Amino acid sequence: MKPPPFDYHAPRSVGEALETLADVGEHGKVLAGGQSLIPMLNMRLAAPGHLVDINRLTELATLDVEPGGVRVGALARHAQVERSEEVAAAQPLLRQALRLVAHPVIRNRGTVVGSLVHADPAAELPAVLAVLGGSVRLARPGTVRDVPAAGFFTGILESAAEPGELAVSAFFPLLPPRSGTAFREVARRHGDYALAGVAALVGLDDDLRITTARVACVSVGPAPVLVDVTEACGHRPPASADWASAARAVQERTAPEADIHATADYRRHLTGVLAQQALRDAAREALDA
Amino acid sequence: MTTKLFGEPVRRREDPRLLTGQGRYLDDLGGDALAAAFVRSPHAHARIRDIDVSAAIDVDGLVAIYTWEDLPALLAQPLPLLIPHPALTHGRTAHPLARDVVRHVGEPVVMVVARDRYLAEDACALIRVDYEILKPVVGVEEAAQSAQLVHDDVPGNVGAHLVQEVPSAAGLGAREAIDAAPHTLAFRLDIERSASMPLEGRGVYARWDADDRSLRVYTSTQTSTSVRMAIAAKLGLPLPKVEVIAPDVGGGFGVKIVHPWPEEVLVPWAAILLGREIKWAEDRREHFVSSAHERAQVQSVRVGFDDDGRVLGLEVNILHDHGAYTPYGIIVPIITSTQLLGPYKIGAYRVEFSSIYTNTVQVTPYRGAGRPQAVFCMERTMDHIAAHLGADRTAVREVNFIRPDEFPYDQGLIFQDGRPLIYDSGDYPESLRMLKELIGWDSFPEAKARAAAEGRRIGIGIGCYVEGTGVGPYEGGHVQITSDGRVHVSTGLTSQGQGHETVFAQIAAAELGVPLERVSVVTGDTRRFGYAVGTFASRAAVMSGNAIALACRKVKEKALRIAADALEAAPGDLEIVDGEVRVLGAPGASIPLATVAVLSNPLRYAFDEEAARATQFAGTPAFDRPPVEEGQEPGLEGRDYYSPLRSTFASGMHAAIVETDPLTAEIRILRYAVVHDCGNLINPMIVEGQIHGGVAQGVGGALYERMVYDEHGQLLNASFMDFLMPYATEIPLVETAHLQTPSPLNPLGIKGAGEAGVIPVSAVIASAIEDAEGIGIDRMPISPSELFDLRRAATGRSTSET
Repeated sequence: MKPPPFDYHAPRSVGEALETLADVGEHGKVLAGGQSLIPMLNMRLAAPGHLVDINRLTELATLDVEPGGVRVGALARHAQVERSEEVAAAQPLLRQALRLVAHPVIRNRGTVVGSLVHADPAAELPAVLAVLGGSVRLARPGTVRDVPAAGFFTGILESAAEPGELAVSAFFPLLPPRSGTAFREVARRHGDYALAGVAALVGLDDDLRITTARVACVSVGPAPVLVDVTEACGHRPPASADWASAARAVQERTAPEADIHATADYRRHLTGVLAQQALRDAAREALDA
Repeated sequence: MTTKLFGEPVRRREDPRLLTGQGRYLDDLGGDALAAAFVRSPHAHARIRDIDVSAAIDVDGLVAIYTWEDLPALLAQPLPLLIPHPALTHGRTAHPLARDVVRHVGEPVVMVVARDRYLAEDACALIRVDYEILKPVVGVEEAAQSAQLVHDDVPGNVGAHLVQEVPSAAGLGAREAIDAAPHTLAFRLDIERSASMPLEGRGVYARWDADDRSLRVYTSTQTSTSVRMAIAAKLGLPLPKVEVIAPDVGGGFGVKIVHPWPEEVLVPWAAILLGREIKWAEDRREHFVSSAHERAQVQSVRVGFDDDGRVLGLEVNILHDHGAYTPYGIIVPIITSTQLLGPYKIGAYRVEFSSIYTNTVQVTPYRGAGRPQAVFCMERTMDHIAAHLGADRTAVREVNFIRPDEFPYDQGLIFQDGRPLIYDSGDYPESLRMLKELIGWDSFPEAKARAAAEGRRIGIGIGCYVEGTGVGPYEGGHVQITSDGRVHVSTGLTSQGQGHETVFAQIAAAELGVPLERVSVVTGDTRRFGYAVGTFASRAAVMSGNAIALACRKVKEKALRIAADALEAAPGDLEIVDGEVRVLGAPGASIPLATVAVLSNPLRYAFDEEAARATQFAGTPAFDRPPVEEGQEPGLEGRDYYSPLRSTFASGMHAAIVETDPLTAEIRILRYAVVHDCGNLINPMIVEGQIHGGVAQGVGGALYERMVYDEHGQLLNASFMDFLMPYATEIPLVETAHLQTPSPLNPLGIKGAGEAGVIPVSAVIASAIEDAEGIGIDRMPISPSELFDLRRAATGRSTSET
C-alpha cells in the first residue's frame, strides 16, 4: 500500500497552481485534505502522473459570509466550517451535516470543496449543496465559471470539474426567512458513510404554511437525489402536513443499489423514514426561526 | 507471599512507554534495511502458467526477485503442519511461494526485494503472472457438496472428520436419548467469518552476521522460540546460531501464533543470500487476504429434554470452513466440539464435525478459538428450550448446571491439548445469581413493558461459557538477582500488549519480597529464554506466571540459605521484606538481597566494593568446603518450569440489554454485564481490561464484522472502510463483577483470562435481539439491514398464517 510514482507540485499562488494544472491536464490531480485521495493512491486505485498540492495556498483558506450566502474557499477545512458560529447562524445545515462527516481528526484535515469535487454519492456535503441550490466555482488560467449543484454532480465520483480546472470555492445560499433545515442519516458505525441520509429544507409563509419542502438524499443514486415535496406536503402548517406522503414521494425517486452493508429495499425504506424525520425536524426549525 | 502485590490493581508499567510513542514495534526497527514485497494471487483458484519478471528488472533500486523455483530444497517443501491429529487425514499446507497452483486470493507467488517498499511495490506491479483460472470453491456448504476440489487429492474437500460421543449415565447414546426424550427440537445455526485483525500486522526483520555466521530475526509473533526452531530447521542453520525476538507487538489475538509464515522463512533466507538486512512489514490489505480468518461454521442441532428443560441428549453436526490450508490443524473445530458443553451436564452428547477446504484464506484460531461458535450453539439451544417450555431462560440454564460439589467434573471428552476434559473448579449457580443481580434480570419485564408503552423495543439476553485455559505442555521462568539488588525475570513466551511486564513483576515481587520497581521482565526473546511454547489459549498468566513463581521460590530458598550462613541463623527463621533478608523477631539482624547476590558468586576479581566482599581473601573462608559446593551454582538465580496435568477451566456469564429501533432496525446495546471467574486474580484491573477488549471484539463479531467473499472467491471488504471493526462509539460500558474459585491445579490458583470477554457475546446479543423482537435469530452477525429483512419475513409469515 504505497503509491506509484508521481511528480509533486507545490505551487505558491493560485495563479501558479492554475498554470501547473493547465500544464499537466488530465494527468494532474489536486491534493487538498487528502482524506480520500491519499488512500486511493496508497491502494493504487488512482495513479495520477502529477499531484498539485494546494495546501500552501492560504488565500484559499477562506470562509466568508456574504449577503447571499456562505462562500467556502478550497482550503477551508471541515472543522473550520463546522466550528464557525457565523456560518452556523447564516446557514445551519452546514454544521448539521458536517457533524456527521467521518471523525474529528478527518474533519481537521479534509476540506468542504474537496468533498464536493470528490462527488461521492454517499457523502453529506454534495447533498447539502444540492438541497440548498448552491454552486461550485471552477477556475483555469484567465477564466472562472460557477457551476450550479444541479449540474455539478455528474455521476459516481464524477463532477463537472474538468482536467486542468481548480475548484476554488463553493457557495451555499442563505436560508430564506421562516425556513429550517435538518440532516438525518443512518450509518453502520459512528462516522461511516451513511447507508442512507436525507438533507431537508422546509420554508413557511407568513401564515406558517409550507411553501417550500425539498430533500436531497445520499447513497440512493449515483449523485445526490434532489426531490421537491412541496406538493406532497400540501400547502398546510407543519402540524397537519402529510409527511408520510412526502416520504413516499421521496422513496419513489430513489434508485438505491444493494451492497455488502445493506439491501436496496432497506436503503429505500430508510430513506423514507429519514425523509420524514428530517422534514419534521426542518419544519420545527422553520417554526422556531 | 510477603507483600500484597499479588491481587492488587497495579497500574500497567508498560503503558507510559507504549502510550507515548516509545514502543518499538517491528516497523520501528531496521530503518536501513531493504524492503520485501510480494506479488500475491489475484485469483481464488488458478494454475500458474508463467511468471514474467522482465519488465520489473529495470526498476531503480530493485535488488532481487524470487519465485518458488529459486527456493532451496528445504524451503521448497510445503510449510509445516504444526498440529497433526489422527482425524486430520488430509492436512495440507502452502508452499512459502506458490508452486503451480494458487488456492486463495492473496497467496504469495513472487517475492521482491528492493531499496524501499515503494520501489518493491513498483516492481511487483510490473511482474506478469500468467494464470489459468480454475473454478473456485467458496462457501462451506457448497464446498462440502461440490465436485470441484480445492486440492486435487482431497476427495469431497474434507480435510478432517471427527466424531466424539459421550453416552448418558444410563448408557444411552445421544440419538437414542433424544428420541426417548419428552421434548425434542432441531434447528440450524450459522456463524460468519471474522478475523483477529490486530492493529499491527505481521512483520519480519532479519539480520545476518556473515562474520559470526549467525542470524537475528525480529518478528511480530506470538511464539518466538518456535519461530526460531522453524527458521533453523527450514534454513538448515545450527539452533544456537539463530536468535528470534518478538519486539513490542501491536496485538495478536491468535493470528500471530501461526508460524512459520512464508515471510518468516523467506525474509531471513534472502537476508543470508544477499548478505543484507531485509524487512517486510505487512500492510492492511495483505493482512486481510494473506494471514488467517476464523469463526465460519454451520451447525445442525438436535436436542431432547424433559419438562424442566433438563437436556437428556444433544447431537451437533458442524461444518467447519478451514479455508485453503490447515497449518494449525483442526484445533478450532475440536475446541468448538468440546467447549460446547459449557457449564452444563448434558445427558448424552454426540458431536461430529467435518472440516472443509474452500478457496479462501486459511482459518486458524482467533481469540476465543472456536468457543464463540460453541457457546452460540449451546446458548441458542438453551433459549430454544426455554421458548418451547415457556420457561425463564435462566431457569433452564440453572437446572442443567454442574453443581459446585461435583468438581472435578469429567465431561468425558478429549480436549484440544489431547488430555481429558475435566473441569477443575467453578461455581456456576453463584455466577448466575451475581449476573442476575448485576443486570437486574428479574425486574426486566417491567422495564420492557415501560419501554413498550413509549413505543420502544428493548430485550435482554444471556450467555454462559466455560473456557479451557492455560493449556500445556509447559512454560519456564528465569529469575536472577544481581549484585545491585535488581531482579531480572525472563520467560520465553511473548507479549502482545496484555500487561505481562506488570503481572509477572507483581508475581516476582510478591514471591521474593522486593519492591516492584526493582523487578524487570523480558518476554519473547530467545537470547534470554530459549524454551517456551507461546502465547495463546489464555495461558500466559497460568503457565509463565506459575513458572516464574516457582523459579522465584528456588531463588528465595538459595538466598535464605546464603543469608542464613551470613547471619548465623536458620533459614527457617528468615524472611525477605522490602529487598532485605531479616531474622524473624531480631530487628537489626538483616542483610540486603544485593549483598546476598554478591556472596552467592565467589570471585577472584573485584571490580567494585560490593564485589570485593566476595573475593577469595575477603571474609573467613571455610577450608573444608569448596567455594561453590557440590550441587550448587554460582549466582543468585533460578530457573523452573510449570507443566500442568490438565487445563484450568475459567468460566463466566454475560447479559445484555439491547434496543432495536422500530423504524430503522438499528441495534443498540444499552447495558452489558459480565460476571467472570478466572480463579485468583493477580491484577483485577488488567483482568477487567482483558474483558473489556474481549467484549469489544465480541460486539464486532455480533453486529459488525464479517468477511464477505463473492462466488469468485474475492474478498469484497478487504479494508477497514468496509470490514466494520467497531469504534469506541459502538462499544457499551462493560459492567463487571468477579467471582474467584481458585484452581486447585497450580500453585497460584489462577486460570486464564485473555479470551473470556469475546466468547459469549454473539450468543448474548442474539438472545437479547430475539427477546426484543420476538423473531428467532439463528445466524450472526446481524446487521440492521438483515433485521429489517427478518421483520418483513416474520410479518409476511404471520400475515399468511392468519
